[in-house]
Amino acid sequence: MLDGNTGTVVGVNGNMLTVEFSAKVTQNEVAFAVVGEERLKCEVIRVRGNRADLQSYESTNGLKIGDAVEFTGELLSVELGPGLLTQVFDGLQNPLPQLGERSGFFLKRGVYLNALDRERKWAFTPLAKVGDQVRPGDRIGYVPEGIFKHYIMVPLTWRGNWELTALKPAGDYTVDEVIAVASNERGESANLTMVQRWPVKIPITDYAEKLLPESTLVTCQRIIDTFFPVAVGGTFCTPGPFGAGKTVLQHAISQYAEADVVIVAACGERAGEVVEILREFPHLQDPRTGKTLIDRSIIICNTSSMPVAAREASVYTAVTLAEYYRQMGLNALLLADSTSRWAQALREMSGRLEEIPGEEAFPAYLESLIASFYERAGLVRLRSGELGSVTIGGAVSPAGGNFEEPVTQATLKVVGCFLGLSRERSDARRFPSIHPLDSWSKYRGVAPEESVAFARSVLRQGAEVNQMMKVIGEDGTALPDFVVYLKSEFLDYVYLQQNTFDPVDGATDAERQRYVFARVVEVLGTEFDFADRDAARRYFLELRQLFIDWNYLPFQNEDFKRQEQAINAKIEECKRYA
Amino acid sequence: MRKVYHKINRIAGNVITVEADGVAYNELAEVTGARGTSLAQVIRLQDNQVSLQVFAGSRGISTGDQVRFLGRPMEISGSDDLLGRVFNGRGAPRDQRPEVTDNLIEIGGPSVNPSKRILPRNMIRTGIPMIDIFNTLVESQKLPIFSIAGEPYNQLLARIALQAEVDVIILGGMGLKYDDYLYLRNTLEEHGALSRSVLFIHTAADPVVECLMVPDMSLAVAEAYALQGKRVLVLLTDMTNFADALKEIAITMEQIPANRGYPGDLYSQLASRYEKAVDFDGAGSITILAVTTMPGDDVTHPVPDNTGYITEGQFYLRHGRIEPFGSLSRLKQQVNGKTRKDHRAIMDSMIRLYADYRSALEKQSMGFQMSAWDKKLLKYGKLFEERMMDLSVNIALEPALDLAWQTLAECFEPSEVGIKTDLVREFWPKKTEQE
Repeated sequence: MLDGNTGTVVGVNGNMLTVEFSAKVTQNEVAFAVVGEERLKCEVIRVRGNRADLQSYESTNGLKIGDAVEFTGELLSVELGPGLLTQVFDGLQNPLPQLGERSGFFLKRGVYLNALDRERKWAFTPLAKVGDQVRPGDRIGYVPEGIFKHYIMVPLTWRGNWELTALKPAGDYTVDEVIAVASNERGESANLTMVQRWPVKIPITDYAEKLLPESTLVTCQRIIDTFFPVAVGGTFCTPGPFGAGKTVLQHAISQYAEADVVIVAACGERAGEVVEILREFPHLQDPRTGKTLIDRSIIICNTSSMPVAAREASVYTAVTLAEYYRQMGLNALLLADSTSRWAQALREMSGRLEEIPGEEAFPAYLESLIASFYERAGLVRLRSGELGSVTIGGAVSPAGGNFEEPVTQATLKVVGCFLGLSRERSDARRFPSIHPLDSWSKYRGVAPEESVAFARSVLRQGAEVNQMMKVIGEDGTALPDFVVYLKSEFLDYVYLQQNTFDPVDGATDAERQRYVFARVVEVLGTEFDFADRDAARRYFLELRQLFIDWNYLPFQNEDFKRQEQAINAKIEECKRYA
Repeated sequence: MRKVYHKINRIAGNVITVEADGVAYNELAEVTGARGTSLAQVIRLQDNQVSLQVFAGSRGISTGDQVRFLGRPMEISGSDDLLGRVFNGRGAPRDQRPEVTDNLIEIGGPSVNPSKRILPRNMIRTGIPMIDIFNTLVESQKLPIFSIAGEPYNQLLARIALQAEVDVIILGGMGLKYDDYLYLRNTLEEHGALSRSVLFIHTAADPVVECLMVPDMSLAVAEAYALQGKRVLVLLTDMTNFADALKEIAITMEQIPANRGYPGDLYSQLASRYEKAVDFDGAGSITILAVTTMPGDDVTHPVPDNTGYITEGQFYLRHGRIEPFGSLSRLKQQVNGKTRKDHRAIMDSMIRLYADYRSALEKQSMGFQMSAWDKKLLKYGKLFEERMMDLSVNIALEPALDLAWQTLAECFEPSEVGIKTDLVREFWPKKTEQE
């Protein structure tokens, strides 16, 4: 892959190298700095005269002035093909378990492995035939991967029309074996294997049209699906201070979201949290398929102590994999935790390049980079007519929990749904701590819109009464106002709050949400008669307990129905009859 | 024989720039002048200009001083001979005993492969109810103590270190007051723990640059021991001084500051240290407890803020007590289900009742009428602070849980504490019921 183009190191500053070159250099191409036996992967990020600035994906310790740098001419790319699912990669798509087998406990620098297993054989079934005219992205066959067909496509990096001149029959092949040969009108001939490469920073746009995201991506989290829904092919963000439960929420979504493929990008966060996923997902069952969660997942893991530049690459690696599965007509969900760390990686590099800083020293191009990242989400109609989608959810970790900072603001401009996590709610142990008054969504949810609007108005009024009560005390609050406050608390406790750690309450599907929400709204709309505030409080505490217990019972089983009768009786108890 | 360079053409802050070639990034050098010899480390290469941070500071360095490059990065011994020893921020002995130079390891090594980590599973017992019951410390956890100047955070560190059942204690002191250093060393000695400890001490009187090495040296040694299968506890105090030293160098190097003068890579710098906390799959573990003093008691200050995003929880130490609110151990769920079956219930209900006590207290101070329930809460809150929050309390987890039941029984009826009936039946003290 070397075209013999080399340069020499003339400067080292942290993870930035300055390299003098003589031949041609491409912006964002990959280069390797040679230190003794080790070859350190770098990326060209700026060219000035005959000097290029490179960000290194590895520690630069030990590099000297005059060390050789080999330019590859290829942009930073990932391997696409069968066998990506269930894998754990670092930000540059090195498989971590295999790295561990090779280098032991630590991530030795300069070791790069193939992302896909070269030994494993896949049962290939051809769909095309010799003589077919094909274009990049056309399917020539498939292999079974997990529960769906993994289509083998004409490499997306090819250009123009090709004719298949040879195609292997059905059988078992490794990803490196040539399964087809194609030629074009220019007389060029090329081999096709099951693996192709794609540059991560360029979106895959091989589709007929982009559509408006309409259907709800059910996450089984009541406050999200009913109040602040996420759409299939939409975008959402979850900003929150530390300790507000971002990671727990992301885990819950990654477990229960009704997507075909889930890609978790742990970008600059704690290694311990990834370990939880690594050790638990192989044992957790995916309720939709009966297989384990890991079977539909890819984990990209570039934790906070791993090289910073690779952190920047990791979100692009993740979204490229999501787009690839979208091309097969699947719904892919990408969860990036956290995009703030990615932005900080950009800031570090920008600082080393001595660029003129924007707000809080973030580079001026931060907004456009965040926007173009989220724009890679979407619902598309493929050229085959099928629909496929990429949904992106990004966690944001604003400094000091202040949403006015540049990363949160830039993200809010481009996402379709904002799930703001609040310290206030997490301190009060009200989880998920999504703020019900500050958050918003532009998508359509699972429950009827008018009921949601009504429930929201109760929450708002309840918050107002609560504010007032802090000033004038409970004694000075009129009973009807107090009941509104109790109703809003009731809604909060029995519907908005959800116990992630409970197998039943932790995941509420769309049907159950509609059913339970209708009953909750019924309570909110009911006029009650109470003797005094204490009686009202006692009544709502009891009703609340009945509903909470109801949430823990499996949907529509005997206990569930019995509990519903108890609830009905309770509602009748204090109902006002005109 | 290594070449000696003379041409120092820039001296600013603690950084000097010398004209030299064949120098490797991050390597060490010796700067020799009229004031003696100091170690220095390469922090930037630009053509033939080499910038070094000088450990002893640049005061008194002349443009004609000699710079000799050592051809190796900063290293420290990982041998067992370190136990019971005290070193300074350059890794040189502070205790008038010989240097240890066998089994040298490079500091600031690469990150652990996440696939080689295991889920934390062992509780570390401290005898402090606010930790053991409410925010259990777990082996391989990284946890800061957020505090302010004047609070007894070093005393707390020393207590945890002495009571924790670990094989090795490593203390990294950054910008320590000399008497704090003596206090920590003497406490370890008095309790016979010094022989299983290694101390890296940078005092406030030492040059600032030496502070930067302390966490890396402490953690490199910890890693060497953990790989031998030992359970290592690393105590770092105070990480805010470390961050300030980073800031100083960054400003000298004319880096653009991100927030309140701190460099943009503060998060990554802190993370690369804290993430050394690990439970190895097939070897020992490293647990990190660090003190972070919050300038102005402001948790949104960049140092505590970035720290909070990295660590697995935090303890707030305020008015000599660990605050029940805000303090958090993210890993407690991994262990507190296996201690005693009433552990989680006691933890939740006592904190909830204490929160109610706080609002009752507020009501009282505003002159509102106190109901019978409020009076019960006021009694409870006082007992809770005495028996659970006071740092002088030193009891094991099980007696502490019994004491918790006792306290609840003295103040409330069984139905008022919000604990599941079967637990109440089993644990509610019988005697008080009869009274």
